[in-house]
Parts: sequence; C-alpha cells; structure tokens
Amino acid sequence: MSIALELPATSAEPVEPLISVAGLLAGYALPGGRRREVLRGVDLDVAPGELVALLGTNGSGKTTLLRCLAGTLTPDGGSVTFGGRRLPEWRRDELARRVAVLPQQVDLPGGFRVAELVAMGRSPHAQRLFGSTAADERAIERALHDADASGLADRWVEELSGGERQRLLVAMALAQEPDLLLLDEPTLHLDLAHQVALLTAIRRLRNQRGMAVLAVLHDLNLAAAFAPRVAILDGGRVAADGPPGEVLTTDLVRRVFSVPVDEAWTKAGDRHLALRDAWSDESTPRPARLD
Amino acid sequence: MRAESVVTPTTGIRPLVLGPSLTRAGVVLGFGTVLALVVMGVAVTAGSVGIDLGDTAGILGRRLLGLPIPVTWPASSETIIVDLRLPRVLTAMLVGGGLAIAGTVFQGLLRNPLADPYIIGTAAGASLGATLGIVAPLLVPALAVGAGTAWLGIGVVQLLAFAGGLGTVLLVYAIARGGGRVPVVTLLLTGYAVSAVLAAGVALLMFFSGRVLGAIFGWLMGSLAGASWSQLAFAAPLVGIGFVLLLVRWRRLNVLLLGDAQAAHLGVDVEREKLILTALASLTTSAAVAISGTIGFVGLVVPHVLRLATGPDHRLLLPASALYGAALLTLADLGARLAGGIPVGIVTALLGAPFFLWLLRRSRSVRAGLS
Repeated sequence: MSIALELPATSAEPVEPLISVAGLLAGYALPGGRRREVLRGVDLDVAPGELVALLGTNGSGKTTLLRCLAGTLTPDGGSVTFGGRRLPEWRRDELARRVAVLPQQVDLPGGFRVAELVAMGRSPHAQRLFGSTAADERAIERALHDADASGLADRWVEELSGGERQRLLVAMALAQEPDLLLLDEPTLHLDLAHQVALLTAIRRLRNQRGMAVLAVLHDLNLAAAFAPRVAILDGGRVAADGPPGEVLTTDLVRRVFSVPVDEAWTKAGDRHLALRDAWSDESTPRPARLD
Repeated sequence: MRAESVVTPTTGIRPLVLGPSLTRAGVVLGFGTVLALVVMGVAVTAGSVGIDLGDTAGILGRRLLGLPIPVTWPASSETIIVDLRLPRVLTAMLVGGGLAIAGTVFQGLLRNPLADPYIIGTAAGASLGATLGIVAPLLVPALAVGAGTAWLGIGVVQLLAFAGGLGTVLLVYAIARGGGRVPVVTLLLTGYAVSAVLAAGVALLMFFSGRVLGAIFGWLMGSLAGASWSQLAFAAPLVGIGFVLLLVRWRRLNVLLLGDAQAAHLGVDVEREKLILTALASLTTSAAVAISGTIGFVGLVVPHVLRLATGPDHRLLLPASALYGAALLTLADLGARLAGGIPVGIVTALLGAPFFLWLLRRSRSVRAGLS
C-alpha cells in the first residue's frame, strides 16, 4: 500500500521551518525545591506540511516537548519559534488558530453532543458573540467528515467508545483548521484496526490540508509505515532524525530502547523490526511453535 | 484520492452546531420569563395588608408608567406598594438572579457541582464586614454618631459587607496563587480555610455583641426586610454589569469544562480567564449579599437543576439561571413574608435542602456536564 504524497517531499531550496526548536531545556519542579530536567537541549525543525513521528522511551521527554511546542509549558531555556515569531510573543487565541493539539487525555464533560464539542474547536476563530458564522459551520462539518465522525454528530459524548472519543478529539482539533497538528500518542487505547485507520486518515488529511503533523508514537513499525521522517528522543535530546529506513537501525533501537531487535522482511519486501527471542528468560515458558 | 467537495451535506447538524436547539432555548427562556413576571405580579399583590389586584395594577400603572389612572385607593396602599413591596420584590429578583448566575459560574469554573457563590470566601468575608458594621458603634461609642447615617443612600453595614465579600475572594485568590497558577483544588481549600478564620471572627464579635445579636443573626440568615430603592440603586448596576460581562464569556466557560490544558489548546488564556471569571462572579455575589445577607441554596440549587434540565452550555445556562433564580427567591420571600416575616434564608434552606437531596438521589444517571 502506498499513498501518493501531494506535497513535494523533497524540495531543492530550503523551506522556512514552520516551527523551530533550538537548544530547548525544560523540566518540572519537584517537592523540596529541586527540579527534574527532562529536555536537555532539543533541536528540531518541522517544515510546513511535513509529517514527523516522534519516538522515544517512556520519560524521554516526548510529551514535555509537545507541551513546550503547544505553549502550555514554559521552557527553562532555549527557544521555540513558530511562524517566524518566538512562542511567548503569541497570544493564546492567536496560536490556537494555527496550532491544534490532540492530548493524551481529555476529560470530556457529559451533556454535550459530539457536534457541540467539535464546535468548541472553532472558539479561537469565533467572530459572533452568540452564534456561529457560515465559515464556522463549514469547518465543523468538514472536520466531522474528515475525522470520520459525521455519524457521531448528534451522539452524546458520554455514550462514545474509546475509538469514537478519539475521532471526536481529532475532529475538534481539525475544526481549528491548524497549520500544525500535535498528536500525543493518538493510537493509545485503540485496537490495531483503529490505529491504522486513524494514522491513515491523519496522513490523508495532512496531504489534503497541507498541515504539518508531529505525532508521538510508540510502535516503531507503525511509525515507519506512517511517517516519511522520524525523530528519536533519548535522554532529553534528539538522538536521531531522518527517514525511518535510515534512522531505525537495529543498533540504534538496541541502544535507545535497550531491547534486542532483528530486522525482518515481509513477503512484500517491507523491512520490519522484530523483537528478538523475548522468551530467552527461562522462567517464562516458551509458547508452542505454530509451524 | 478523496476530493474535498464530497463533504456530505449532513442534515441535522446545523441546529446542533448552534448549541441547544432554538426551540429548547426558546422554551426554557420563554417559560422562565413568564414565570418570573407572574411571580413578580403575585408577590407585589400579596401581603399582610390586602390590596386588590385592580388597585395594585392601577398604582403600578400610574407611578411606573405614568398612565392617567384615576386614584381609587387610599394613599397608604400606594406607599405599601411603591415604597415597600416593589423594592422588596425587585431586590428578591436581583439577589436571586445574581446568586444563581454566580453559582453557575463557580460550578462550571471549579468543575464542581456542589460549588455555590459563597464557596471561596464571599459569604464569610461579607458576614464579617456586616457584623463589624453592626457591632462597631456598640464597642466604640464614638462611631455611633455616624452609624445611622447613610453614604449615597447605602448603610455602613452594606458597604462593609460588599467590601468584605469581594476583598476576601481576592485575598483567597492571592494566597492560592503559586508559580503563576491557581489550581482549582488549592483555591477551594484556601477558600475553606480563610472562611473558617473569618467565621471565628464573626463568632467572636457575636459573643460581644449584646443587644444587637438579633440584628447580626438576622443578617446571617439572610433577609430582604430592609429592602429599599437606594439599596437597589447600589446593587442593581453591579449585578447587571457582572451578569453582562459573564454572559459574553459563555464560550470560554464552556471550553474551560474541558480542563485547563485543553482550554489552553483552544485559545483560552486559562489563568487570566479564571481570575476574571472569579472576580466577576464575586462582584455579583458581594453586591447581592450586601443588600440581603447570606441567603443559602439559591445559588446552589438553581444552577444545578438547570444544568440537568438544559445541559451544560453556558450560553443558555446563564440567562436561564438569572430568570429562574429571580423567580425562586421572590417566591421564597413571599413565603417568608406570609409566614410572619421570618428571614428568607430560613425558607430557602428549609425547602432547598430537602429538594436538593431528593434531586441528588434521583439524578445520578442524568447528564450534568460536571463529572
């Protein structure tokens, strides 16, 4: 399966990055006045319309980086530049018209229908005091359609399954009509079919809308199939950044994730990374071979 | 490749996008308006002195609308209607509406269905202010000279109550603030602690209050017996401004229901917005409390019931709270008057609390927008 990229994947002249991270330091305050440093000098540029998967172990700083990019966490040092301006110079509503976030977890309040919540995605664009404009309604219908959530429009939020909630959140983000979409583990809580469906939809939307996408993912093979570029965070720095075929080497994965992996080829010729002999620990019984 | 032009003309979405359907909003607000007007009419007409409906309508028409209606009633009737009942009924409507709006805002803002307008210190601060105003002339005789005089038609007690309520909330907010943020839980707990300290102050003053204990007690219960046009002229603009400025922030209130992080993603400057909403709701509450004392349950029950009935959209919830809060407190005050002039706070607590209990048991599965 291959999906044609409508945007120039490689252009000869360097494109002005949409978002540019330089020497970013960030962390959290701990009780007792100490700090836990999470990002220790992250450099990362994302061009307009680019699709990047962000990988790394738990605690490597993926969510922290996303929070800095979304402007909800103030970095300790370094800079984030979006659209040519430093992030702190952006007003929140201004930024929300250009950057949308799909967080790991949102407490969705009951009592709203799906379309009403998706309409909240329009709030940074609101022009009417009490109503919505025709442009708002077009954006909402398009967002519902693109997130495959049109059928959910008049459902109550509290009746949704995990996958349906995720489609609602995607629709809410799309209603913002962003230039940059930040996804924090969008496939969390989804079964394999829904994971593939969601990522395929996001890649298609990025092609149609020309928005840049930065997605935190866990599954290396899924990331390699999804994104033309992957960046790996390790110990608060970018350990590797490039096309998945070049970046996701067995050496790097062994080093970053501390698990032994082998390369495996599917019958179609796609390269995959396979966990090596997970049952070498003798205390765990080896499953019967299927052949 | 899917073309963008195939966006399905999904029928039935448009009214939803507008929020609660126009019919539902029309029914809720239309019925609320009629209810408030009917209750107002009944409350002006009814009372211990019998004045019939025709005379009441005549007096109101003549004095308020300037209609050339021949006077067929004794002058005392006109005094009772215009100087006593009408300001009292309008005060009840203003206070009831104001408390219900403030309760709606605090319940949404704190994402807590048990929040009321007093939750972060307004009541305790206003009580201390009012108690000080009542007791001070007694403890410091020099103050008694000016105690009876009113400044701009407003008594010292009302002014101190207003300043105490608003000042306490700002104090609580300042204490709860840490690292530029005000976490909801910290705000609630700080409000609770500060309220406890101020309540001790009130108790101490009551202990030394001697013969004015009854006045303090009446104020704490909440009563509209002292309603006057001059008090209305003080509180109505404050409550009105608070209502309008809160109503135009309905969208941000809705977005804040999604949590601080998601609200920020959707363009809300969360900490600034929390401060503005808290200040406006506390302004409304303090103005209402200053002219009525701490009347309970209106600001808790009305928003709660309306949220169950209309859903959590503040665009409908805020105006509906104003209407139904006004009607409910006017009705409760009518009951208080007919029961021999007991403080209206006793009526709202007596009827409101059991009703609330019944509601809690019944509504566990109902959508309230606050989980």
